[in-house]
Amino acid sequence: MTTTVYVPRDSAALAVGADRVARQIEAEAIARKVDVRIVRNGSRGLFWLETLVEVATPEGRVAYGPVTRADVAGLFDASFLSGGAHALNLGLTDEIPYLKKQERLTFMRMGMTDPVSVADYEAHEGFAGLRRALTLAPAEIVQQVLDSGLRGRGGAAFPAGIKWKTVLAAQAPQKYIVCNADEGDSGTFSDRMTMEGDPLMLVEGMAIAGIATGATEGYIYVRSEYPHAIATLNEAIRHAEQAGFLGDDILGSGHRFRLTVRKAAGAYVCGEETALLESLEGRRGIVRAKPPLPALQGLFGQPTVINNVITLASVPIILSRGADFYKNYGMGRSRGTLPFQLAGNIRQGGLVEKAFGLTLRELLYDFGGGSASGRPIKAVQVGGPLGAYVPEAQWDLPLDYEAYAAVGAVVGHGGIVVHDDTADMSQLARYAMEFCAIESCGKCTPCRIGSTRGVEVIDKITSNQNRPQQVILLRDLCDTMLHGSLCAMGGMTPYPVLSAINHYPEDFGIEAPDRFAA
Amino acid sequence: MNNLDIATSIAAAHTNVPGGLLPALHGIQDALGHVPSDVVPAVAEQFNLSRAEVHGVVSYYHHFRSTPAGRLLVQVCSAEACKAMGADALLEHAKKHLGCDVHGTSADGQYSLEPVFCLGLCASSPAIAVNDEVHARITPALFDDIVEEARQAS
Ligand SMILES: Cc1cc2nc3c(=O)[nH]c(=O)nc-3n(C[C@H](O)[C@H](O)[C@H](O)COP(=O)(O)O)c2cc1C
Ligand code: SF4
Ligand code: FES
Repeated sequence: MTTTVYVPRDSAALAVGADRVARQIEAEAIARKVDVRIVRNGSRGLFWLETLVEVATPEGRVAYGPVTRADVAGLFDASFLSGGAHALNLGLTDEIPYLKKQERLTFMRMGMTDPVSVADYEAHEGFAGLRRALTLAPAEIVQQVLDSGLRGRGGAAFPAGIKWKTVLAAQAPQKYIVCNADEGDSGTFSDRMTMEGDPLMLVEGMAIAGIATGATEGYIYVRSEYPHAIATLNEAIRHAEQAGFLGDDILGSGHRFRLTVRKAAGAYVCGEETALLESLEGRRGIVRAKPPLPALQGLFGQPTVINNVITLASVPIILSRGADFYKNYGMGRSRGTLPFQLAGNIRQGGLVEKAFGLTLRELLYDFGGGSASGRPIKAVQVGGPLGAYVPEAQWDLPLDYEAYAAVGAVVGHGGIVVHDDTADMSQLARYAMEFCAIESCGKCTPCRIGSTRGVEVIDKITSNQNRPQQVILLRDLCDTMLHGSLCAMGGMTPYPVLSAINHYPEDFGIEAPDRFAA
Repeated sequence: MNNLDIATSIAAAHTNVPGGLLPALHGIQDALGHVPSDVVPAVAEQFNLSRAEVHGVVSYYHHFRSTPAGRLLVQVCSAEACKAMGADALLEHAKKHLGCDVHGTSADGQYSLEPVFCLGLCASSPAIAVNDEVHARITPALFDDIVEEARQAS
């Protein structure tokens, strides 16, 4: 009898030795003359347990982790192939509380399937959304996306359906679907997991977007720091083409859609949509002024839908289960789920997909289990390097776009970076300015020059040179950046800076918070 | 073939690709390990661009290098999630251990050290990459082992 064993191929598993574990299992199986089939699945997203090895048993998949190469022989001794007891035995994977408490819609297949197998994908509801889309008129598909309430997951949370509608209505010889897979934010990895762990879902979402808007060409712009994602995507695209889900005549429907993966070159600002388009066109990634909107004049001057990976990857389930199904998750104007990403100084870091409306405290403690260092958590940066530091007083707010905006914070792409009480917030604020100075595209002065000045001013504050005046200057500078920048790079760098000084003034050597600006 | 011929033929193969300059530069860097400044005029000619335009693109993107890297390119993540787990100290350790500064190459040409802003391993921080191979939960001792193993393999 052949036993199926799953060993993830996600980068986060590879980075702790998953390939060695897989090779060792293979070698032990041969030595012990047992029949094992190893599937390289995506990751379940429980990264503190990687390498998480699963074994298929009649009762379900049994998990072991974190497994290192040195553990493998002992696992065989403990009959792990039939789910045997062992110190690393975590029980049935589906019963692990961290997973069980989640609402995995977009990530429903994550870690379950062989990422590049079309058959495995279809056996788990894959391409059901595309098949449904092929029975609808383009305007009906767009209406489903509108009705679902899906908002862009890349940061700005703009309703996806409205972009799609604009592109559908535009008349042009060529339209494009562009996927923003630049995922530059520290603390985020849901795009990477999608591309490495369930890339066909992105392929499906983009094909649906193409059919809905009349776009026949798609590009996925992937950051160069993600070589595994690029390789897996290319493999998945090849398989989708062979199976007729991409190409000149998708499943005999007469619809045409082709996909190309493009490798970025390490500029954070190229995640900004117009800079991304410049980069795709072969130029320096400098932000374009809007209007014109990309939906009307985007890639190569043609109407273009540009959406984040998770936005596009959320579309298949909306089509297969209906807009209402999706919309019934969430709260207020934040509909559906978000794959939150718990990162930094956290004991149980990983991916937590939940409906909008849960709190940071639940994520940090119920899921995350507190800090990795065991020290008190001091500050949590939500929404990437341009997001605010959220102090404990705000950890009971619901994670909802509007509730966060109301306190000057952002949910963004759902990245959550935890710092313990050893963090010096003045240094993190300085880093935010420094990052902006390194990554600014240079088009506008407040961002290009202001960020460098920001570093200097913070240095003066921390070394107590004219501290009170320098604090006023820093607030002034932030105000100018907020209001005088063309894009959110310069426009939002003040978020981490001001939240740090407002909520942790003692780290800047100031006693009472003085909050007369921003 | 010399560098110039290689770069010219890679560029020529991309002139019909929409927005083909970046893919061409990636191809050149993959083949030569860097984009030497003396191939820029030939690339520009293939794309019907000015040298300044091509140079502008090469220098704009952090990924493209105009000087060769050491045999091992060591990237240490310096972004927030890794900072929360000691990335700053790890970078200091890396400088000493590799004998090179940030953006520098060691005297023996063995190592180049680059900071990188996130490898997507933020739940397993701090993270590094050595010639595109990723490693997570790095301690100084582990860093030394990984570098030594990569050095022997290269
Ligand atoms: C400096 C900067 C960096 C950005 N980086 C990303 C990114 O890495 N990924 C992303 O999806 N959106 C990023 N965005 C947001 C995009 O500009 C844009 O809003 C997004 O691609 C739209 O897709 P969505 O509506 O599906 O979110 C960035 C914006 C700015 C200003
Ligand atoms: S804010 Fe900064 S990154 Fe954005 S357009 Fe201006 S200079 Fe460029
Ligand atoms: S912040 Fe270091 S891997 Fe993301």
